[in-house]
Parts: sequence; C-alpha cells; structure tokens
Amino acid sequence: MWKNFLKGIIRENPVLVLLLGTCPTLAVTTSVANAFGMGAAATAVLLGSNIVISALRRMIPDKVRIPSYIVIIAGFVTVVEMVMHAFVPDLYEALGVFLSLIVVNCIILGRAEVYASKNRVLDSAVDALGMGVGFTLALFAMASIREIFGSGSWMGFEIPILSDFTIPILVNSPGGFFVFGILIAIVNAVTKRKTGRDFGCAGCPSAAVCGANDGSLQNAAHKDHAAGSGKGPDDTAEEGGK
Amino acid sequence: MIRDLIVIIFTAMLVNNYVLVKFLGICPFLGVSKKLHSAVGMGLAVTFVMLLATAATWPIHTYLLTKFHLEYLQTIVFILIIAALVQLVEIILKRYLPALHRSLGIYLPLITTNCAVLGVAKNNITEGYELFIEAMANALGCGLGFLLAMVLFAGVRMRIETAKPPKCFEGMPITLISASIVALAFYGFAGVIDNMFM
Repeated sequence: MWKNFLKGIIRENPVLVLLLGTCPTLAVTTSVANAFGMGAAATAVLLGSNIVISALRRMIPDKVRIPSYIVIIAGFVTVVEMVMHAFVPDLYEALGVFLSLIVVNCIILGRAEVYASKNRVLDSAVDALGMGVGFTLALFAMASIREIFGSGSWMGFEIPILSDFTIPILVNSPGGFFVFGILIAIVNAVTKRKTGRDFGCAGCPSAAVCGANDGSLQNAAHKDHAAGSGKGPDDTAEEGGK
Repeated sequence: MIRDLIVIIFTAMLVNNYVLVKFLGICPFLGVSKKLHSAVGMGLAVTFVMLLATAATWPIHTYLLTKFHLEYLQTIVFILIIAALVQLVEIILKRYLPALHRSLGIYLPLITTNCAVLGVAKNNITEGYELFIEAMANALGCGLGFLLAMVLFAGVRMRIETAKPPKCFEGMPITLISASIVALAFYGFAGVIDNMFM
C-alpha cells in the first residue's frame, strides 16, 4: 500500500518521469501559490474520479469507456471549480481556464485508463493520492525555481538580495519551457535513467489510436506499461505501432 | 468590422499564440512535431476542429446555457459536444472523403482530449465576444497560430535530431529548451499588433 503511494511521487512521477500533464505544469508554475492550488485541485479531481471509475469498472461497457470517464471527470472538475470560486476566488481567477482544463489533463484520464479501470477501489484511491501528491510536488519544485529567480519572492514573501536581481523572463512563457527542460535533465542526470526517452505516451489514453507516433515511441510506451503498472494494455500498444 | 476581425485573428495567432505563449496543446506540440508532414496534418486538423467546436459551443452557450442560467454546466457540456463532434466528423470523413480521412483522420481522435480545443471554446466565452463571427475569427487565429508553431518547431526539431546534446539532455529536455527559444521569438510579437493596425 505504502509502495503504491510512493510510486507516484518518485518512480513514476507523472510530470518529471512520465512527462504527462505538461500544459498546466508550464502554465501555472509562475508562482508557488498557484502551483499549490493547481496541485490540490487536480489531486481532488483525481481522487474522486479514480474512486468512482474503479467502483463502476464492471458496469462501464468497454466501448464507451473513454466518454464515460470524461463525463465522470468533468463532473468532479465542475465541483472543484464551484468550490474554488466560492472559497478562494483569487486563486480561481489566477488559474483561469486551466482549472476547467483539468478535464483534459492526461494524468487523470491516464490513471483512469491504466489503473482505476483494472484495480480495487482502495488501491485506486491510494494510487490517485500518490499521483496527485507527485504532481503537486513537481509543480511546487518548478514554481519555486521560477518564483525565486523570476520575481525574487517565495510564496509572496520577498527575498532580500534576489529581489534586486530578478530574471523576469523566467515567469514568462520562454522561461517555463526552459526551467522544465532543465528540471527533467537534472532528474535524468540524478537517476541516471536510460536517456533518449521521448515524450510520454505511456499514460495517454489516445496512445492506441494515435498513429502519429513512430515505432520506437510506441515501443518505449510499451515498455513503460510493462515496467510500470504491470498490467499495461499490451494489445493497444501494438495496435498503435502498425 | 473587417479590421476588428483581422486584429482578432492576428492577436490570437501571434501575440497570444496558444502553444508558445499560453501553454495550451503542449502534448501534440511536443508529440507530433517530429516530422514536418505530421506537424502540418496535426495543425490543419486542430484548426478545423477549433472552428467546428466554436461553431457549436458558442451558440449553445449564448442562446441556451446563458438564457437558462446553466453556466455552471459549461465544462461538461463543452467537452461532450467536442467529443461527439470529433467522432461525427471522423465517421463522415471516413465515409465520404476517404482521401482526407487518410491524411487527417489519424489525428482526430487525439484532438478530442486536446486542451487547446476546449481552451478555445472556453476563451471565446471568457473574452466576451458578442458576435458569432468574432468568436469564429478567434478560433481561426488560434488554429493558424497552432499550425504556425507546429511547422516552425518541426523545422527546429529536424536539426536537433542530428545534433548531439549532453547525455542527460537527450530527448525531452533539449526539445523543451529549443521550444523555449522559439517561444522567445514569439515573445517579441507582444507590442506589434497594436501598432500595425491602430
């Protein structure tokens, strides 16, 4: 159980290792407060959707599973949106369109497809928590770098010397790509992972129908499935490789 | 009127470029930009679906949801409309235009869960376009901006393929850093549009 939780934080970190959910990662990490808000919102949605999808896994027909998952996820996103609008309106404004875009976040749909649809409710809930915390921590790390060096503050508190020498480009769009690239490179260097890994299609629910990827990428995704969940949809990976 | 529309299109395409400035649709941007051919296919498919999604969601929001005070259903309704539309288009293309389906069809299922498309639908509402044609112009601009970014970046990536970065930068990191440089170029458009048309 504990291992299941930890895997989302380190070994299968959705952002830094599986390379999923890049859009919110790049967009909301301009400040630590936003990153925390996004992480919490996504974790809440992930927990809710994973539990419901896991509970309904025998009832949802295989053919319409993706639309069903999307409706369930959209329902939870709407709940989270309304709660945030009511209690933390500033954060709601700051996250803007990205709050409702949690619906199409690959992490959530990916976990539903890869994990919750095949496992028990309790396991799915733990998996969701692990992934959610992993997502939040990755956002937190990236937002810290961008806020400290970009605007010379941390969580809104000004840092004495750094605030005189800010690098404003870090809080703008080019800085987002740059910091994310460096962060992944650091993770690569520290873990000495086999390099040459490309964009993560591992948890992407569209991987099976996505003919755009070449063979190597599909194989990489295939290996991820085998190594990761152990119950990866092998047939879909092969289908996509054709 | 015409000038307004042109301003909307160019603003959406260059100043607020969805991929490089607003960070929407990063997945296809990084996943499908390896070859120029697939980058163009994906860009065209996204442009098409954006126009289609706007044509469906804007009237529904304006004449149905707002009228009956159902705005809170926006997220659910929009994602369902987009998903259903994409499926429908795929079926129609497969049946009547098989040639087009072969070149664009493979990208369509991917687009269902693309945040850029849902993003356009939502932004059309939040930016408060009062006329249908304005929302359509915005969608066209966003789509063309996506296409432009894909094509430019496909060119950059072909060069990266032959380069040899440090070991830990291989693959994703070097791609992101080159994306950052391309984004830097788009950053320069920020003040251009106002001065060009005003």
